[in-house]
Amino acid sequence: MIQDSGMARHILWRLLGLIPTLLMLITVAFFLMRVAPGGPFDSEMLVPADIKANLNAKYHMDESLPQQYFRYLSQVAVFDFGPSIQYKDWTVNELIGQGMRVSLTIGLAAMVLAFFFGTFLGITAALRQNTRADYSLMGVAMLGISIPNFVIAPILMLLLAVYAGWLPAGGWDWSIASMVLPVVTLSLPVTAYIARLTRGSMIEVMHSNFIRSARAKGLPESLIIRRHALRPALLPVISFLGPATAGMISGSVIIERIFSIPGLGSYFVQGALNRDYTLVMGIVIFYGVLIILLNFLVDLIYAWLNPKVRYDERS
Amino acid sequence: MKSGKYDSVNLLRQTVLPVFLILLLGACGDDYREKLSARGGHARPVELVLNEDGRPIPSVLAQQQELHRDNGQEPQTLDPHLAEGLPAAHILRDLFEGLTAESPDGRIIPGAAIRWNISRDGKTYTFYLRRDALWSNGDPVTADDFVYGLRRSADPVTASKYAQVLLPVENAPEVLSGDLPPSELGVTAMDEFTLQISMRDPTPYFLSLLSHSSTYPVHRASAEEHGSAFSRPGNLVSNGAYVLSEWVIRSRIELVKNKNYWDADNVILEKVNYYPFQDQSTALKRFRAGKLHWTSEVPNNQFKWLQKHYPDELVISPWLGSYYFGFNLEREPFIENLGLRMALMLALDRDLLTEKVTQFGELPSFALVPPGIRDYVSPVPEWAQWSQAERETEARRLYGMAGYSEENPLRFEIRYTAGENNKKMALAASSLWKQVLGVQATLLNEENKVFLQNREQRILTQVFQAGWISDYADAYSFLNLFRSGHGRNDFGYSNDLYDALLNEVAAERIPSIRRRLMFETERLLLADVPFVPLYTYVTRRMVNPRLVGWESNVMDHHYSKHMFFLNAAPDEATALNEADQVIDTVTSAANYLQENVVPGAGDEAVLIETNPGPDPTGDDSEAVTPLQEPDPDLQMEENEPEVQVEDLSPDGETEVVTTEEDSIE
Repeated sequence: MIQDSGMARHILWRLLGLIPTLLMLITVAFFLMRVAPGGPFDSEMLVPADIKANLNAKYHMDESLPQQYFRYLSQVAVFDFGPSIQYKDWTVNELIGQGMRVSLTIGLAAMVLAFFFGTFLGITAALRQNTRADYSLMGVAMLGISIPNFVIAPILMLLLAVYAGWLPAGGWDWSIASMVLPVVTLSLPVTAYIARLTRGSMIEVMHSNFIRSARAKGLPESLIIRRHALRPALLPVISFLGPATAGMISGSVIIERIFSIPGLGSYFVQGALNRDYTLVMGIVIFYGVLIILLNFLVDLIYAWLNPKVRYDERS
Repeated sequence: MKSGKYDSVNLLRQTVLPVFLILLLGACGDDYREKLSARGGHARPVELVLNEDGRPIPSVLAQQQELHRDNGQEPQTLDPHLAEGLPAAHILRDLFEGLTAESPDGRIIPGAAIRWNISRDGKTYTFYLRRDALWSNGDPVTADDFVYGLRRSADPVTASKYAQVLLPVENAPEVLSGDLPPSELGVTAMDEFTLQISMRDPTPYFLSLLSHSSTYPVHRASAEEHGSAFSRPGNLVSNGAYVLSEWVIRSRIELVKNKNYWDADNVILEKVNYYPFQDQSTALKRFRAGKLHWTSEVPNNQFKWLQKHYPDELVISPWLGSYYFGFNLEREPFIENLGLRMALMLALDRDLLTEKVTQFGELPSFALVPPGIRDYVSPVPEWAQWSQAERETEARRLYGMAGYSEENPLRFEIRYTAGENNKKMALAASSLWKQVLGVQATLLNEENKVFLQNREQRILTQVFQAGWISDYADAYSFLNLFRSGHGRNDFGYSNDLYDALLNEVAAERIPSIRRRLMFETERLLLADVPFVPLYTYVTRRMVNPRLVGWESNVMDHHYSKHMFFLNAAPDEATALNEADQVIDTVTSAANYLQENVVPGAGDEAVLIETNPGPDPTGDDSEAVTPLQEPDPDLQMEENEPEVQVEDLSPDGETEVVTTEEDSIE
């Protein structure tokens, strides 16, 4: 009971902690964007002064910077990120909502894939430590980490889409076929990383005292692995999951571009290049919230897996 | 000019289209005409067997008439008055129809207006609208819709960047600045189907501006009902050949044939899909997998491979844009230093740059205005006739006279922005300058907006990369860039005589005089060397050979309503009469040249009524005639000698292609 209320308090506290963090994030991002030279209406095309004035007025950019800042804060307080300056037919909320569905789908699918394959391969290698299987698995994993996405993606696309014709060569229509290549490409380096991580910690755990005791007790090896070794061995993987998931959801810019996927990542980059202030701010805030929440979630899972960590008052 | 210059273009004989050839010829003279006829030419507008309605006979048409077209980028908006950039323009041409439209080869033809009169002083345009034109919801398209659209476009509340297209219209500057209400714009509906537009200056290119999206009509009821969401599927009411049926942001925009379009019977493609493939190699892979019929670009470095493996698909044609380096004339070492600028201009081997660096058949350029504008040929500077060795000798002499030498080399910075070609050009130019003159140039790559700002401020820049692709096919668009105080005059060029000549051009309405004035203006500019012309842009894309009905044109405007799919590739379909066709192409090119491009060929004649065309409703002309009678001006004009107004090629986006749209690699 006491433990539960401690947990609830902890959750509440962490959620409240979001607000100052986000405020800081918004402030820094807002002013950084404005410091960058040029504005959303600068292009090689000549825009007469009168027309530029009209544009500035439309987006309240004729006001003073503090005025704009507080106007923006008051909008954000009610979750209104305003209209996109670049994509004039849509609001930032709509764009993020649409991009988020795509990015989350790909990111989470890739994460699940990477987690299961990675841990499986890692454990397999660990249990055959220093055998040929171990070396080849880890060799492949090393390759997976070192070959960048933008090399793998076009190769896979050429082989499976252009020559074999099994999968679409880029594009996105919510069909499973259009997801396969981006998800696999995105998950490859993370799978490899998780495999190496799992192998390392698994080997360490298998050499620890409690495993030796379990063995001494005469437990079968499979039971030792499932019941005793797996949970502690996964701890480093779990703490890696938070930032990795956030990275996968936000950092798939290259994958999005190569496969022409309408996710959030390219909005972020495009938005910054176009000085689409409202869009960039919206995405900064969205990513901020996402990363904080994911780290929080990982902490909770970590506590559940590791009895040494508990968020109760007594500790 | 050297032979071999256009070889890379000519090698693409299968894909080179007559218009392109003609334009090249117009710009380059007999030399190239011979060359072309020797090589032959296979034109994509295939001669088809037509049935009585003027449609291709069904047996040659493919069952499936659905186009998948790569658009390069997501359009920023489909509101015609807010749109900017090429992606939106391509889609809007299918969705809407302006007063004028363009034929596949880029000539101005009647659009929503079936004919028009231009007053004697060139300042009053009267448009007679089609009576059978309907909006996609069935409402008739009336003069009021155009008045509403033009006013909306100019209204400061709309905040349209492209409203500047309307600047030649009476009162437009005052409306744009908010000093007059939009209702004061010089646009009046004389009756339901007659529209009058008053101009501030005679603007010979005005008709081509009228096919630009910022002059499109807008369906008032739906615009007012849906506000900023009016351009979404379901809300958007349009008057073009297609309607918007689906829009998945950054995935796909689907248009289906507009059943209410006045010429719907002749629209063959049932469905057009636009995809925003930012990555050119992805688009290419999709094309190779057969999922795309038309790409917006091709990857920079694959010219040779594509040429070898996809000769029928790769289409390259000149574009109405110039690429050049600018000098900042307000900063050392280029102030007043004409000889030095000339030396740098002469030292660059443009043949080498286009053959080895840009590689896609770009045309080496010696002037500002690119070839391809009807009725205009740029002055050719004397040194353009020299061999490159002669140019270099002269360059070295001028360089030495300016006080520089091996021990005391000239040093400056070249600024450029994102984009593979920009980088390669800057690198190549700096090494050529070094090789020929011993110049020490430093390369500076800048993010696009930073670059633009630096250029505009003229404090840091010395030499900078720049380019201009015109809004409309008129040399004035290019020449005006160098006017003192012009917002894009990043050169700091200021010459009173030049400005005075430009003013004369703006006020002149007789084409031959205007052309001579522009020729002199450009010659003056070239003599002052505020910039180094390098090459003329080309468009390059992959097109499925079964897709026909379109032609290359310098504006790169292609309407889906003209296109359709054949059962078999045109090579197979027309193999029999190919020989005849080649002759046709060349002959018609020659005729065309005489009629339209060669200066002085019959352009003093004036047609007041341009291109009336047959009236589909039949009784239309009778209905219009009484209107003309009360107006003595109009009456008088009809007997006058005249101004050729129809021949201006279409407009485009004033948009600039110095940067590739984005640079995430």
